[in-house]
Amino acid sequence: MEILTGTWKVKVGLAQMLKGGVIMDVTNAEQAKIAEEAGAVAVMALERVPADIRAQGGVARMADPLKIKEIMSAVSIPVMAKCRIGHFVEAQILEALGVDFIDESEVLTPADESHHIDKHKFTVPFVCGARDLGEALRRIAEGAAMIRTKGEAGTGNVVEAVRHMRLIMDEIRRLTTLPKEELIAEAKRLGAPYELVRWVAEHGRLPVPNFAAGGIATPADAALMMQLGAEAVFVGSGIFKSEDPFARAKAIVDAVTYYDNPQILAKISEGLGEPMPGIDIRKLEDKDLLATRGW
Amino acid sequence: MRVGVLSLQGDFQEHLEALKALPVEAFPVKDEEGIGKIDALIIPGGESTTMGILMTRWGLKEVICKRAKEGMPILGTCAGMVLLAQEVENWKQPLLGLMDVRVRRNAFGRQRDSFECNLDIKGLEGPPFRAIFIRAPVITEAGPSVEVLAHIDDYIVLAKQGNIFACAFHPELTEDTRLYRLFLGL
Repeated sequence: MEILTGTWKVKVGLAQMLKGGVIMDVTNAEQAKIAEEAGAVAVMALERVPADIRAQGGVARMADPLKIKEIMSAVSIPVMAKCRIGHFVEAQILEALGVDFIDESEVLTPADESHHIDKHKFTVPFVCGARDLGEALRRIAEGAAMIRTKGEAGTGNVVEAVRHMRLIMDEIRRLTTLPKEELIAEAKRLGAPYELVRWVAEHGRLPVPNFAAGGIATPADAALMMQLGAEAVFVGSGIFKSEDPFARAKAIVDAVTYYDNPQILAKISEGLGEPMPGIDIRKLEDKDLLATRGW
Repeated sequence: MRVGVLSLQGDFQEHLEALKALPVEAFPVKDEEGIGKIDALIIPGGESTTMGILMTRWGLKEVICKRAKEGMPILGTCAGMVLLAQEVENWKQPLLGLMDVRVRRNAFGRQRDSFECNLDIKGLEGPPFRAIFIRAPVITEAGPSVEVLAHIDDYIVLAKQGNIFACAFHPELTEDTRLYRLFLGL
């Protein structure tokens, strides 16, 4: 029997299986188990959550393989891990460890200021952040099997994720209304491959799942992103930087399933304790913005 | 025929899209009322732990089991197969337990071992079925009333017990509707 691994269908397939779910940042086996028991569809194995990376500064790199292995052996759900933008050797190491998804992430300090990783070369699928449709399609052209909004990680402030999701959805809707002869100029404007632009214009969606990330801290934030068109949600610092991580994790899982039911959302939002402390994005200096990393 | 796709989590949208090619009315269900109104149920791919937890937390387990015992056909794909099983090897998680089988999760390995291949399925005419396995489970033991419809080596990847179908791969990710037709008797 001929068996093919690492095909496009198999890569995008895993992203499709994560739809309607919550992917949670965890920094050890204990947190990973809490996430799984709360109903996470996957965990992101990290050394520090984005809020701590932001607070501590310095160069943020791929996590210690020992840490990733510890988390992988603790749970049955998929484990993701982050590598720096353009750092294809960190990605090779993560693939060798057997992680299920690699996040080429702006949360870590970029290793290459001109080029992202050629993700087609890998068997393991990649997710990349995007602020607009052009950026999303460039990443897909490089082989990303999932797109997420960048938002502004580690702030507990959803405003940037909303901005990015609205922009991506608006640009998709706009493409579906354009006459075919205008698509080539649109591809030029977006800085994206024509073939992908045409695909989006015909189908009215991205060719890979489109998730939300960056600043999601409450069940209402998660449901907001789902109503805006996200197909699933990443929660970084929002869970384990809050007062009661298990209760909050559970409530966010419920919120992503019942995002369209305000009665249920009201019920699950009750008594969750303090959320993570938030940051007003307008008070951040340009050099502190993570979303502007990558292109 | 009204076919509900359980929409707690997973690739339910892909099932709904695929069902458009068939002469059925397909819609998402995620509460007791929805499950009460359908003639057949599909439990999609996704994470079986997540779906099991949500099913238990929101009281859907009882109504699904009740409808199953009344004879409603249920197809579980991938995570759905896990949820239908009576037992999962080396792992504790909420299950429906509607099928007399033991399953092994992630039986082929992690995502890098996920694959596609051609599969011969008992009861399907024509060419082999293109089967996509994503961190797929398999059935390692099945009771006497379980009919095996496809296998890879010693692993059972498609099986039927009365009105319950369990499938380790993802028919919803292909254009091939033959497996849905087999399940729905079309």
